[in-house]
Amino acid sequence: MERLFDKNTQAIFWNNNKTAIQRMLDYDYVIKRETPSVAAIVAPTSSNKFEKFFWGGDEIMVPVFRNTADAKAACPNADVLLNFASFRTAYDVTMEALEIGGFRVMMITAEGIPERLARKMNNAARKAGVTVIGPATVGAIAPGAFKIANIGGTIENIINSKLHRTGSCGLVTRSGGLFNELSNIISINADGIAEGVAIGGDRFVGSTFIDNMLRMEKNPDVKYMVLLGEVGGREEYKIIEAVKDGRITKPIVAWCIGTIAKHFSSGVQFGHAGASANADEETAVAKNQAMKEAGIYVPDSFNDLPAKINEVYTKLKNEGIITEIEEPEINTIPKVRRPKQFVCTISDDRGEEATYAGFPISSVATPDTGKSIGDVISLLWFKKVYPKWATDFIETVIKTVADHGPAVSGAHNAKVTARAGKSVVEALVTGLLTIGPRFGGAIDGAAQYFKYAHDNDMTPAEFLNYMKKQGIPIPGIGHRIKSLKNPDKRVEGLKKYAKEFFPSTTLLDYALTVEQLTTSKKENLILNVDGTIGILMVDMWRALGYTEEEIDEFIASGTLNSFFIVGRSIGFIGHILDEKRLAMPMYRHPMDDILYNVEKAEEIK
Amino acid sequence: MAQKAIREYDGKALFAKHWEKYFSGFHYGFKSVLVTSGEELLKKAEEHGFEWLKQEPLVAKPDMLFGKRGKNDLVLFKVNKPGDVTLEDAAKWIDEKSSHPVTLLSGQSGMLTHFIVEPFTPHSQDQEYYISATCVDEDDVLYMSAEGGMEVEENWDKVVEVRIPIDMDDADMEREIKANVPADIPEKNKAGFASFAVQFFKFYRDLNFAYLEINPIVMLDDNEMAILDLVARLDDTAGFMMKEAWGDIEYPTPFGMEDQTPEEKAIAEADAKSGASLKLTILNPKGRIWTMVAGGGASVVYADTIADFAEATGGSIADLANYGEYSGGPTTGETKFYAETVLDLMTRYPDDKGRDKVLIIGGAIANFTDVAKTFTGIIQAFEEYADKMKEHNTRIYVRRGGPNYEKGLKDIKEAADRLGLYIEVYGPETHVTDIVRMALEK
Repeated sequence: MERLFDKNTQAIFWNNNKTAIQRMLDYDYVIKRETPSVAAIVAPTSSNKFEKFFWGGDEIMVPVFRNTADAKAACPNADVLLNFASFRTAYDVTMEALEIGGFRVMMITAEGIPERLARKMNNAARKAGVTVIGPATVGAIAPGAFKIANIGGTIENIINSKLHRTGSCGLVTRSGGLFNELSNIISINADGIAEGVAIGGDRFVGSTFIDNMLRMEKNPDVKYMVLLGEVGGREEYKIIEAVKDGRITKPIVAWCIGTIAKHFSSGVQFGHAGASANADEETAVAKNQAMKEAGIYVPDSFNDLPAKINEVYTKLKNEGIITEIEEPEINTIPKVRRPKQFVCTISDDRGEEATYAGFPISSVATPDTGKSIGDVISLLWFKKVYPKWATDFIETVIKTVADHGPAVSGAHNAKVTARAGKSVVEALVTGLLTIGPRFGGAIDGAAQYFKYAHDNDMTPAEFLNYMKKQGIPIPGIGHRIKSLKNPDKRVEGLKKYAKEFFPSTTLLDYALTVEQLTTSKKENLILNVDGTIGILMVDMWRALGYTEEEIDEFIASGTLNSFFIVGRSIGFIGHILDEKRLAMPMYRHPMDDILYNVEKAEEIK
Repeated sequence: MAQKAIREYDGKALFAKHWEKYFSGFHYGFKSVLVTSGEELLKKAEEHGFEWLKQEPLVAKPDMLFGKRGKNDLVLFKVNKPGDVTLEDAAKWIDEKSSHPVTLLSGQSGMLTHFIVEPFTPHSQDQEYYISATCVDEDDVLYMSAEGGMEVEENWDKVVEVRIPIDMDDADMEREIKANVPADIPEKNKAGFASFAVQFFKFYRDLNFAYLEINPIVMLDDNEMAILDLVARLDDTAGFMMKEAWGDIEYPTPFGMEDQTPEEKAIAEADAKSGASLKLTILNPKGRIWTMVAGGGASVVYADTIADFAEATGGSIADLANYGEYSGGPTTGETKFYAETVLDLMTRYPDDKGRDKVLIIGGAIANFTDVAKTFTGIIQAFEEYADKMKEHNTRIYVRRGGPNYEKGLKDIKEAADRLGLYIEVYGPETHVTDIVRMALEK
């Protein structure tokens, strides 16, 4: 790995930290990334499926998952985990992600993870070849490519500090606050940074100065490095060794902060948890001296660091190692942004021609396209292009349920309303309003209960018993007059089609074994048309590769009923137009058809 | 700071609490009391379960986180000959030792306030061993020696080190420890010591000690163990997982370090309640240069730079009055409280050389802290302390960047001008610590 991140790097962000994520996406927009740097969010307690963020003046949706495994499965290319869990759970989140695999870099922000857990976590990551940044860090940045969360601060500061495009310095610090400061210093005194990492303030961090600087040595964008160390620890000596044995050849400007500590014998903790000198050679003064002796550029004080950086930069520029950077064009974030009230993911009327799920209407509408109403439904309802056997099935269902005569409650309502002089739409909705658990709802119910029984491996007898205990007649079973001997032709047609064209019909096969049992009790307890449709829809979705959870969601959201609503609307409109054509008068129900049983109201005192 | 020292008494109490789980083959009496006066010791001896205080010869020593008590002549184990110390002797000794300041060989000095009293354990030199564990680099290291006692540092070449990487499994760990038991431990105790050492390591590991040392551990007959001296530090970041195991444990201030001032305590309490970070250490209450710096890293470079320039401009490190920081997005109210505390301290004493007071309001370019919001808190504190600040000829130097910094800088400049305070204000175009040079070279 030469570079930590590139312009295609994507991350999974653990914890729905909206401000930090928005800052990443603002950065992406400014530097003209093609894809958002956050591919998914993991939020264990969220019930949202996505979160909206600004993308410039526009908005995009970032999917939200309950756990890392689901997020990773949905976004296999996202190989960076931004672990923003608290110190209580950060360890578990990291270990789980290592178990799931497929992550190249993990950044851990929590401060104060128990040291033993931090050591275990860092060790496990190292063995898995994963680069850990942190814990207790603000992150890392590859200017012009990818930025973690809040590093670099506001977008204004990022541009002022030239963190929006690749410079020539490799920057490593412990502190996150000083990382920003150093970026600013480097932009003023040199040409900005190529890659920067704040390694984190805890005693045990995953990747140390040497790990990051050895990578930067190989990164062709990095021409020299700036290291800001701290009092305590021996990490800076590893850099000295690497310089001495030639593993690092690029110039380094370095300074260790905490020289103040020499004035105080003990007791005062200057800086981070990792910063406490246990021996003379761990003091800032000793480390600065040792680095200077090894040929590293060390200023006389922190206040002189900018001049030293400028000196090295100017030298490399004169030598032709650093060349002038052409400032890239950037996008500007609009000053005023308004979140959108509505989201639409199925169709778009903004372009030359309106589209259904990305397909121009003309490409699915006319007969020469070979597309049917089933195709239109698959695009607008499911945002997928279904195969022909499935769209043909949908069309068959629509046609099959279009009407069932004037006597059913919906058609009757529509007719009565039409005769009261109301318009087509008014009459139609009175008909549609009857669709529900008792009228048309058997499609939903059949799919739900048969699927439940089948998922739980119930035998037909167990299923009957279960429904009896629930106190519900089995939805989709039973017909007024039809029986096995006198079968419903519509059902026969659907079954025949499915048997011939569906890749498999597992739920239908199961339902037919249930039907054998029910018809053995009573002749007309057959699988009716509603039941057949509901069950075959499940078989269709299974064959199309949907998960059981997704199918359960279709059932729960009323998708099956929707087929009935669309189909039966055709019939209702027919009845309404029929009434209008016949100019039928206002309907009044005959009084002799009503049982009057009215007692005088009792007075309550 | 992640590692916190606990008292010897509390360390032994932890051993006693978990003894059966870890050291079931061995026996440990845990006869120890922690007292602050002779009177308290005498009272303790009347309690049920502490009859041994009257019945056995005793040892008494301070329990205040410092070592080398033997070499400092702060262990009472004899009046005329070893093992003749009575309850009354111990009580008298404690009262005497706590009646005046004590200076250690290391130079630290202070009052002795806490003493541990235990039975005198007669034993021979060859029953006295050394064992400790801590973390070195990324590994745990177990140290064992047959030469326990006061001279262990002088005999460090006899100490065996066993490195235990974090991912080593228990079987390998046990094999490694058992294979490295010091050769000079007497044969009859070798097996016992080996299995004790393994359990000692597990105890150290499972209870999240950062450092644990028994010197000496004495192996008596019949698997009786005596922990004569103990030093322990806990990894306090593990506190949330160790509530049960540690119980309600105390982290005393190290000997010689004065207790915190009321102001430091107030800031520490505000810090504990806040999601932000508020830290204050007073280095010299009569110092001339006071700082209010945002950010942990920045606070260090300001302190470094003040030390450099104070000396270069004819002053000294004593001019630096405080060290501290506020960060992590404190509220306006929290910043106001922090600023009031610093301003109040700053305006208590005049500079003894009659120089101006210098207030450094510094900070790097913030990642997410709203500068204008935090500065509003500082401005409110200015309004309260303006007159006092003027009395002390206070010069204020501000340098800051980050979200909303332009407004923050403008606001603080306007407020200082309105209140008649001397102020210089700089943004990210000025090097972060350059205001120190400006302030001290003037």
